Amino acid sequence: MTDMTAPGKIAAAPAPPRAHPLRDTLIKRLGFGVITLFCVSILVFAATQLLPGNAASAALQNTATPARLHALEVQMGLNRPAVSQYWSWLTGLFQGRLGTSIVSSTPVSTLVGGRIVNTAVLVLLAGFIGTVIGVALGMLAAARRDSVLDHVLSVTALAVTALPEFVVAMALVIFFAAVIWHLFPAVSVFPPGAAPWSDPTLLVLPVATLVIVIVPYTFRMMRAAMIDALESDYVEMATLKGLSRRRVLIFHALPNAIAPTIQVVGLNFLYLAGGVVVVEYVFNYPGLGQGLVNAVADRDIPVIQFVVLLLAAFYVLVNIATDMVSLAASPRRRLPRS
Amino acid sequence: MASTAALEVLTTAGRRRARRREWLAVLGRAVRTTRGAVGLSIVGVVVLIAAIGPALAPRPADAFVTRPFDNPSLAFPLGGDVLGRDVLSRTLAGGWELLLMAAVATLLGVAAGAALGVMAAYFGGFWDSLIMRVVDIVLAFPQLVFALLLVSILGPKIWLIVLAVAISHAPQVARVTRAAALDISERDYVRAAQIIGMPARKVMRREVLPNLTSVLMVELGLRLTYSILVIAGLSFLGFGLQPPAPSWGYMINENRIGLVANPWGVLAPTLLIAALTIGTNTLTDAIARASLGVGRGADDALLPGITAAGAVT
Repeated sequence: MTDMTAPGKIAAAPAPPRAHPLRDTLIKRLGFGVITLFCVSILVFAATQLLPGNAASAALQNTATPARLHALEVQMGLNRPAVSQYWSWLTGLFQGRLGTSIVSSTPVSTLVGGRIVNTAVLVLLAGFIGTVIGVALGMLAAARRDSVLDHVLSVTALAVTALPEFVVAMALVIFFAAVIWHLFPAVSVFPPGAAPWSDPTLLVLPVATLVIVIVPYTFRMMRAAMIDALESDYVEMATLKGLSRRRVLIFHALPNAIAPTIQVVGLNFLYLAGGVVVVEYVFNYPGLGQGLVNAVADRDIPVIQFVVLLLAAFYVLVNIATDMVSLAASPRRRLPRS
Repeated sequence: MASTAALEVLTTAGRRRARRREWLAVLGRAVRTTRGAVGLSIVGVVVLIAAIGPALAPRPADAFVTRPFDNPSLAFPLGGDVLGRDVLSRTLAGGWELLLMAAVATLLGVAAGAALGVMAAYFGGFWDSLIMRVVDIVLAFPQLVFALLLVSILGPKIWLIVLAVAISHAPQVARVTRAAALDISERDYVRAAQIIGMPARKVMRREVLPNLTSVLMVELGLRLTYSILVIAGLSFLGFGLQPPAPSWGYMINENRIGLVANPWGVLAPTLLIAALTIGTNTLTDAIARASLGVGRGADDALLPGITAAGAVT
């Protein structure tokens, strides 16, 4: 519009400094991420440490007398001002001092360290397998839209999306571990210090549960994105050129569905951050989620604080990464809106 | 002066009736589709079991009446549970609390989220930023983890769980509502209401909110499914209704060690929870299709947690 009214004016104007929309967005998003996490840390700390029923009374439980409670509060530094308590907790986190478990009196770092690896293995495996299966099924359903296969897949996805993790887990245990076939162990206990991949059969059911829960999301998003792409002009053009269906699907339609795919991968990992809690508990899998459930049951406040903060940090980071990668993958959205 | 008063009467009295009809019309359209009918029937059956179940239970839910994990028999059609209580009676008695908690948490969460979203969109500027930043903070927690955090403070109290689930719903509802309300806040009839001097609260309630009926109904269904998932999940983890009171989630947990001896202690509550969530989700899908257009919205709206797309503008 503007160049039609005054073309000479635009040519004469000094060239604007080259904008880096991607870099600027990244900096902005990271900034907001840090602020969000800071607020989250305040919230977590205030909720667990400052409200009545603090760590000292949690540690003493039934043996709490006012005198003992006071002595322990002094020892744990709970009688100091809230801000000073918060500050030493936060600076401690950055220096690797995560505090000491109230229940087992071991440092939180040793308690949580191995669990982080175990959970990471579970999340990465499930995220990868689930995404591949979901994307493949979504493409298949979109390519054969309104076929019997498409309807069966769509209705199944609709039903499975709604299932709680423990329902899927119990169904798998009934079918593959306890009642019908005895193929895999019903619990995934392995000795402390052992790597989760040392016995792959222990991983099968937990990973399968998470995969079954994330595939329907992936499938539904992918199917919708592919149908959009397949209805576009360039796909019609490619088809009219006489290219094979497979070639059109993979080289013409799929690249244009890449942004939604990235979003799906991001959302899957976001979901998994919470989904591992129940699944690890069901299978007795020694990961962060099981650690969190045990800590909440025992009111082991230092462990709760760290694990919740860790999961929130993961959540925020995945969110930023998803936004940035999908922004980078869809050049049109990078430009400022005209 | 007289004409503006007449205008106001026209817009308010008429619209309140219209709003009620709108809710029913959307639901009616949804239920007339196959999906809607199937979803509503499934939900209806489970709700009926949960609601009249406690009255029908043949034995007290916490009485020890048979051997642990006893096989199903005529006297005990679903056999015994881990402590030798009647699985049938516990199943019949153990659902209504889950349903009630989920319903209350959903209503609270959607109401709070809708209010925040409409306010953010209507006022814009500072309030918009403030509300949406607070929303971002709560959105940084996975729902179940947020509930666990609150439960860790005061222990598994029923009201606390309901509150935790409601709080974790509100931000997501607020985002969706804000996006929808942004467009409506610019419409002429909203401007007209502002010009005749209607207070902001009234404009939002009478002019903006009624236009969000479809969006809010989809949110209501969606959040109800999530409420059931989270509350049943917490109950399964042992942070719901405390034993010996029967609840479907915890029944599955406590009876899983006897899965081989008497699978019904696990199967009965599992099937009911699965049917319930499948039913609410199918009904929601039908509502989304009926009110927002076929396929559109439903697929996107069913995504968990955050739609990352909303953050990029």
